[in-house]
Amino acid sequence: MSLSFDKALGVHADALRVRSQRLELLASNMANADTPNYKARDIDFRAALSQASGQGGVGLARTHATHLPVQGGGVGGEPLYRVPNQPSLDGNTVDPQLEQAAFSENAVQYQASLDFLNARFRGLRTALKGE
Amino acid sequence: MSNLFKIFDVSGSALSAQSVRLNSVASNMANAQVASQTPEGAYRSKHPVFASVLDAAGQGGSTTPVRVVGVLESQAEPRAEFAPNHPLADEQGYIYMPNVNVVEEMANMISASRSYQNNVEVMNTTKQLLLRTLQLGQS
Repeated sequence: MSLSFDKALGVHADALRVRSQRLELLASNMANADTPNYKARDIDFRAALSQASGQGGVGLARTHATHLPVQGGGVGGEPLYRVPNQPSLDGNTVDPQLEQAAFSENAVQYQASLDFLNARFRGLRTALKGE
Repeated sequence: MSNLFKIFDVSGSALSAQSVRLNSVASNMANAQVASQTPEGAYRSKHPVFASVLDAAGQGGSTTPVRVVGVLESQAEPRAEFAPNHPLADEQGYIYMPNVNVVEEMANMISASRSYQNNVEVMNTTKQLLLRTLQLGQS
């Protein structure tokens, strides 16, 4: 039986990638908190993760050489626009408090994914040593 | 491919934009009491204009840095003040004061400094996450 890292690490490697993508989006939202007409964006984590791990979601097949490749894997994983609670006059829909909360939540979840990955690596190492 | 290092670019661009805003607030406040002989010569308050930088297509577009597209001067009329004894007063005894609204500038300053702190916090958190990612599999 061959050892597959993908199988050993499970969903956590994909989760880490989606988390880092979401961190980027939330950081962009906070950077543009004072930019007129900027619309806050976020991703649906469940859809993005199922897209990233290759299950569920709707993919697009390229049936012709001139078709453009689909970035991020098509429907599901791509950023959507937030519905503002308090729209402001300058057309900006960023709510700094909401973004801050989402950012720290996502940072903790990122660390959780790292911990899960660490545990998997420890398990692999123990299996390799065979003590 | 997403990558946490881009967050430093984004938050860094926001820090520089907010510091331009703080700079213009500082110069507005510093010049708030500068009298002038003519309405044209009076200092006009400066305000930066922010815009988001759209990524080149194909990056997935997950990061959006911000930049200052320009600094506009307020078009409000300068305040005419009746001060016949002032050395700069014109024939009618008026001097012209800048159209700076100090209260507005103070609010602007607080908002800019809050946004600046917010972005510094984002960078700190990202740095911690990256350092932990570097240590992945070592323990």
